[in-house]
This record gives sequence, C-alpha cells and structure tokens, in this order.
Amino acid sequence: MRRGVWILEMAAAVVVAAALLVSGSRGFAASVEQAQTSSAEVKIDNFSFGPAALTVAAGTTVTWTNRDDIPHTVVSEDKVLKSKVLDTDEKFSFTFTKPGTYGYFCSIHPKMTGKVVVQ
Amino acid sequence: MTKKVKDEILLDHNADGIDRRGFLKCMAWAGTGALCVMQGGVLKSYSLSRLSDLGASAATAGELSFVQISDSHMGFNKPANPDVAGTLKAAVDKINALSNAPEFLLHTGDISHLSKPEEFENVDQILKGTSKEVFFVPGEHDVLNDDGAQFRERYGKGAKGAGWYSFEKKGVHFIGLVNVMNLKAGGLGTLGHEQLEWLEDDVKHLKHSTPIVVFAHIPLWAVYPEWGWGTEDSAQALAYLKKFGSVTVLNGHIHQTMQKVEGNVTFHTAASTAFPQPQPGKADSPGPMKVPAEQLRSVLGITDVNYVRGQHALAVVDSSLA
Repeated sequence: MRRGVWILEMAAAVVVAAALLVSGSRGFAASVEQAQTSSAEVKIDNFSFGPAALTVAAGTTVTWTNRDDIPHTVVSEDKVLKSKVLDTDEKFSFTFTKPGTYGYFCSIHPKMTGKVVVQ
Repeated sequence: MTKKVKDEILLDHNADGIDRRGFLKCMAWAGTGALCVMQGGVLKSYSLSRLSDLGASAATAGELSFVQISDSHMGFNKPANPDVAGTLKAAVDKINALSNAPEFLLHTGDISHLSKPEEFENVDQILKGTSKEVFFVPGEHDVLNDDGAQFRERYGKGAKGAGWYSFEKKGVHFIGLVNVMNLKAGGLGTLGHEQLEWLEDDVKHLKHSTPIVVFAHIPLWAVYPEWGWGTEDSAQALAYLKKFGSVTVLNGHIHQTMQKVEGNVTFHTAASTAFPQPQPGKADSPGPMKVPAEQLRSVLGITDVNYVRGQHALAVVDSSLA
C-alpha cells in the first residue's frame, strides 16, 4: 500500500514539476499553486461517507475522518485507495492526480460506499 | 406451550424474502434469556423465566453441552462499554457457574476490536479462566490490515484456506466457516468458491442422521441486508446441508440474540460480551448502542447449547451477564 501511495506521490511530483516548467515559461505559476494546496473533506458518520459523492479538481488532497465509535476503512476494489483501519477520529488522506471516477468502500462494512470524481 | 411460544415472538421477518419456505419465525430477545429446543426440525422457544413450566431437566441434561460466546471486541473503550475485559470476565464466571458444565467453547468472532496482538492475548488469558478448549472463527475485526495472517497463526493451525475447519464431538459434526474475507463493495459476508467446495466435500460422506452444527461470524441468513447482516452465498452452503435431519447454525456479528427455523435448519445469533447493537432498522446505523450502565450486563451474554442424542434435539439457552 505504502509503495502505491509513494509511486503516486512521485507521479504527482513529476506532474507538478512538469507543470512548473511549462507555467514558468508562460507565467501561470499561480494556478499551479492553487492545485497544490486544494483539499476536501469526507466525514464518516453513522456508517456512511459524507458526502458519498465528491467532485474535485485533479491535484486535490481528500481527507477522510472517522467520527464513528467503530473502525472503518477507505478502500477501492483495485486497491488504488487503501487506508489502514481508521479508529475513532483517525484520518486518511489521498491526493488525486489523475482525472477519473474513484469508487471506494469500507472493507469492514462493505455496505458503506462512496466515490470521488476527479476532473 | 405453542400458545406461549407465539406470545414470545417479538419480531417477525415476514418481509425479508427468505421466509416463504414453510414455517418460519424470528424472535429477538433484548436483555432476556431464551431456551430453544429443536425437535424434528420444529423449534420450541421459551423465555428463561418460564423454565420451570418446561420441566427444565429434560432439556438441559444431555450428552453434549457447549457454550458459544461472541463479539468480545477486546480493545473497544467507548461509552457503550468502557470495560470489555470486565464483561468478558463476567461471561467466564457465568460459564463456570453453569450447572451442566460445557465440554468446550465456540467463539464466533470479533475476538479483538482492532486486530492488535495484545487484544487477542488479553482474550486468550481471560478465557483460560474457563479451563476449556476454545474453537474460533474470525470476525471482520480480527482480520484488519493483514488479511487474517495473525488470526490464522494464533487460532487457525490445521485449518484450511482463510481458517475454516470441521471436527467431531460425540457424534455431532461441527463446521467453522469464515465469511469475513474479501468483502466486495456494496455486498454482504462471503464464503467464496474454495470454501464452498471444501464444505461440499466435508459433509459428503456423513450419514444423514448426523447432527450438524455450523458456526460463522456473520449470520448465514438474511437478518437485515441493509446493514450488511447476511452472507451472499450462504444459500449454496445450506444446500449442501439439506440432506441432514438436524442442522444448527450459530452466528454472532449483530450483538443480539435472534432465532429462526427454516426446514431442518435452526439459525441462532448470540449476544456480544462487549456491547449491544440496535434491532434491525431501529437506529440510523448498526453502531454500538449505549444503554444505562446498570442495564449493560442484561443486554450482554453467553449461549449454552445442549445436544441430547436420540431425541433429535438441540437445546439453545441464552443467558445475560446480569
């Protein structure tokens, strides 16, 4: 799992570096900075993800927070997303670099499903 | 007695889509004990307070007695029960006080809360207080982060696959199944193809008169699929058990006792030793239910199962920790 995230982080770094090169020559540094700092939140309450569907721009870091008295996970079937088990108040963050729809669920309580649409 | 049994039905799942095949009743008990006697596939159920009406000795004296405990969730420390070690010890005291000493224990999973080694170790130490052999199947809380490697190392030596196995005790065939691995988005508990094939082979050569006891964590019947309280491919497993005259299915996971009869199969879920969960659909989610501290032990419990050879009967007694 860590390796997967590391690879994605590397990929993100490469994308940002490439963007900086391009934007540096064109003077668009401000938009790159915005992409780097954008973030979004998903709260886990009462065995559900809120919001269950979230739309973000590529480069956004999404943070899930478990606010239940029971542990949950954030996992996609292809394992692109795979958090460790999150006990009460624990968080998991993932930076989405590629556009697409990322469906995910709690591998402990699979009735809990959600998705992140990256534009 | 039939009249009394009817009076005891608190919850009837007529709309769950399963109960069309013959006689089917479902009973939920919150905080009280129940004695169930199955004879020829018909379940008779009495609240513990009415044991005297039954002439209890006939049902509670048998050739094989064992206890099911479940969902000890060692490591849980939220308001619903800040002392799960204390309530597990109370369960041990209850077991040791049974007049008809059980031969062994079944633990139907969620031994730990977060699959931590010290949580498993703590449960093992407390259960040593019974001096009984304990047979385990994993709950979803026991296979976190490592796909169950730790569970298999600790409890699954000699088991197949993810930890399924069978054994014989006094002519009764026990089957421990694993339905908490490889869960799919939006789905229920899963046994999987490999385990189903093993099960078919495991029971192939048994006589039809052999009493069967199946135990697994998530219910093998659709208690409440909206909360994930069921198993996707349990129908296939039950099809392999159809030829047997007496099948008892013992589950945990839902932290409350329920019973149902379907043909020759009696389904039973056990109370948790840690914290109660709400009745199906009676809350926003199946999360831990906080009850007043003085009531907690009345909604936790153990299950005492008694088999009487020749009478085609299996008695299931739930008792609270109060």
